[in-house]
Amino acid sequence: MSSEVLMPALSPTMTEGKIARWVKSEGDSVRAGDVLAEIETDKATMEVEAVDEGILARIVIPEGTDHVAVNTPIAVIAANGEEVPEPAARPAAKPPPPEPRREPPRDTGRAGNGAAPPASVALPISEPEYAGKTVTQTVREALRDAIAEEMRRDADVLLIGEEVAEYQGAYKVSQGLLQEFGARRVIDTPITEHGFAGLGIGAAMAGLKPIVEFMTFNFAMQAMDQLINSAAKTRYMSGGQMSCPIVFRGPNGIAARVAAQHSQCYASWYAHVPGLKVVAPYTGADHKGLLKSAIRDPNPVVFLEHELVYGESFAVPDDPEFLVPIGKARIARAGDQVTITAFSRMVKLALEAADELAKAGISAEIVDLRSLRPFDIATVVASVKKTNRIVSVEEGWPFAGIGAEIAAIVMEQCFDWLDAPLRRVSGKDVPLPYAANLERLATPQVDDIVAAAREVAYR
Amino acid sequence: MTARVHLGHDHVRHLLRQMIRIRHFESKCVELYQAQKILGFLHLYDGEEAVSVGVMEALAADDAVVATYREHGQAIARGIGMDVLMAEMLGKQEGCCRGRGGSMHIFDRKTRFYGGNAIVGGGLPLAVGVALGDKMQGRNAVTACFFGDGAVDEGEFHESMNLASLWHLPVLFVCENNLYAMGMALERAEAEPGLARKAAGYRMTGTGVDGMDVVAVENAARSAVEQIRAGGGPQFLECRTYRFRAHSMFDAQLYRTRDEVETWRRKGPIARFQSWLVQNGLIDAVEVHRIETEADAEIDRAVDFAEAGTLEPVEELERFVTMEAVPA
Repeated sequence: MSSEVLMPALSPTMTEGKIARWVKSEGDSVRAGDVLAEIETDKATMEVEAVDEGILARIVIPEGTDHVAVNTPIAVIAANGEEVPEPAARPAAKPPPPEPRREPPRDTGRAGNGAAPPASVALPISEPEYAGKTVTQTVREALRDAIAEEMRRDADVLLIGEEVAEYQGAYKVSQGLLQEFGARRVIDTPITEHGFAGLGIGAAMAGLKPIVEFMTFNFAMQAMDQLINSAAKTRYMSGGQMSCPIVFRGPNGIAARVAAQHSQCYASWYAHVPGLKVVAPYTGADHKGLLKSAIRDPNPVVFLEHELVYGESFAVPDDPEFLVPIGKARIARAGDQVTITAFSRMVKLALEAADELAKAGISAEIVDLRSLRPFDIATVVASVKKTNRIVSVEEGWPFAGIGAEIAAIVMEQCFDWLDAPLRRVSGKDVPLPYAANLERLATPQVDDIVAAAREVAYR
Repeated sequence: MTARVHLGHDHVRHLLRQMIRIRHFESKCVELYQAQKILGFLHLYDGEEAVSVGVMEALAADDAVVATYREHGQAIARGIGMDVLMAEMLGKQEGCCRGRGGSMHIFDRKTRFYGGNAIVGGGLPLAVGVALGDKMQGRNAVTACFFGDGAVDEGEFHESMNLASLWHLPVLFVCENNLYAMGMALERAEAEPGLARKAAGYRMTGTGVDGMDVVAVENAARSAVEQIRAGGGPQFLECRTYRFRAHSMFDAQLYRTRDEVETWRRKGPIARFQSWLVQNGLIDAVEVHRIETEADAEIDRAVDFAEAGTLEPVEELERFVTMEAVPA
């Protein structure tokens, strides 16, 4: 009896891939374990092995085909001597994704509110509109280019972390950097987070500008003492004598099906700490421009990325001097009936929710926070004064989260403009479960944002 | 005592003077603590002076130092002025950290003194990083990293020893083994109480030395620093010493006997070195007295400086949380 070989999922987040090469040809006999083909995703190249013994009767998807969805039949294995009928039609490969919509960053030009704000509050910053050349690239590529451009610009910049060099990055962000900059500046470390985080901080104090990659921010908890007690506090404790120009970066938040210990948003943890700067961008341009700003910043910056955003494509400025200022939110979509704040991947969901709300006649303004410390209070408050309603969205847990902080800010700064109490959409107050249905229930969904917005709009 | 260190009159006088300056400075700190002018935690170095004085002799001006919360000895031996140290203890703007650090967080950019770290083991990875920075930027500097026997039980000790050796970085790990991690006796804490032996697990030379003997410490440190500077990679120096006073200011010392402390006091680094010098005619009682008097006068001036200092105004409270530029 013949069996179909399906396009395999090589990682929890893979949805499609490319048949790079067929190792076996039609008519070849195969045994279980034989490599049939090589599959490429944006993260990795992997081999597809035969599960059954038989003849490779038909190659359904030819080599070189891109965007082949997971679970698409790609070949048929027949039992020895068996006839295989021609299929009625070959399943079409998925068309390439449409060009993403991208609104260039704009300056909302809002002023601060009077008295000198504490360090956690961003001062008004003007951000020039970018009108130069752009390229369409993934967030992963935008991050790599940001690192490469800064490493070309400044010989003191180096990349340190697990699997950043030979492996080309656990999430392929550092692809090609070892080849360009060599092992002296692209440094593989053992699995020793507390050690290499502290080492990076010491190196920064001695004059280097390290970029420390955490394979994911879940593992940065091993290094938390160094991040807080050394990176954030040394400048202050030393009365300004010592500085720590360092970037800690890596994926943060909830990926797909990787369960409780690998799925957590640390935004509010780091945003709590004076002495750190914290950013969590969404668009490709913001990833690039903010990472470059972070590398040039004389302070320690926690740069929160998201595994599920790495593969998304955007128009990204192709200019080594393109910078996005830290401490400045972005109006991702203008609207006048409800403000929705979000950061990192949640911006995508908020934009989708805004589409849904528009169908119901509700005009939502999406504020992409981008920076969490310093926090752009002025942009959020100005938006609320316009819409009189606000929903905050985050992947993290609700208690003492970013939404709680926004609620306090809104109470303190624009209480009289509110027509409804703030609503928070957040991850549920549980360790992230593995099962798909439970995971979905525990993670903010577009429908949750729509429902919260309708609730504050009383519609 | 070996012949490596040239024990000329000036040198032995200098070693003795440094130890006396530290001892007397801290006696004054106790006084000021009891008068509630110094507050918070105060960890005294009484008994361990030979370690920092001996090691600092082996360092050059461009070398770096990372120390712990018991770091008054390192700070003075490294050359940080008693005036700015005392002003820091008193929380004054004139303090080396403008009153933001206090006793446990002494920093000094000029002498490359990177703290003053109040987390046990916290300084070790920083020291390895400072050494990496020096190496990558072409400075032939050595980083001396001080820590206690308690830090050896932290993961950071092992992570730092491994990285330093793996990457061949110029670090001198100086373990001040005073036999107690706070109140935890070494043999109650360590599966392998021979701390110098731990270095072998990282393919590093580990040397044990009598930390109550300033000349022995200086010799061992000079030899280690010489090899490190010549490109030999990191080294581990275990200095066996003893803390005469409480862990901090509040400590009933239920974990050891008075007799034990007294026995060690008789082997104290100052008493021992001073009597050896006198017996051998390298110094006389008059000169010792002069050293003590000069140290006390220096300390009095430091206290006056600190007392006359100003308190940081409220507008300065948030200064240095972040900064606009890396200081030149």
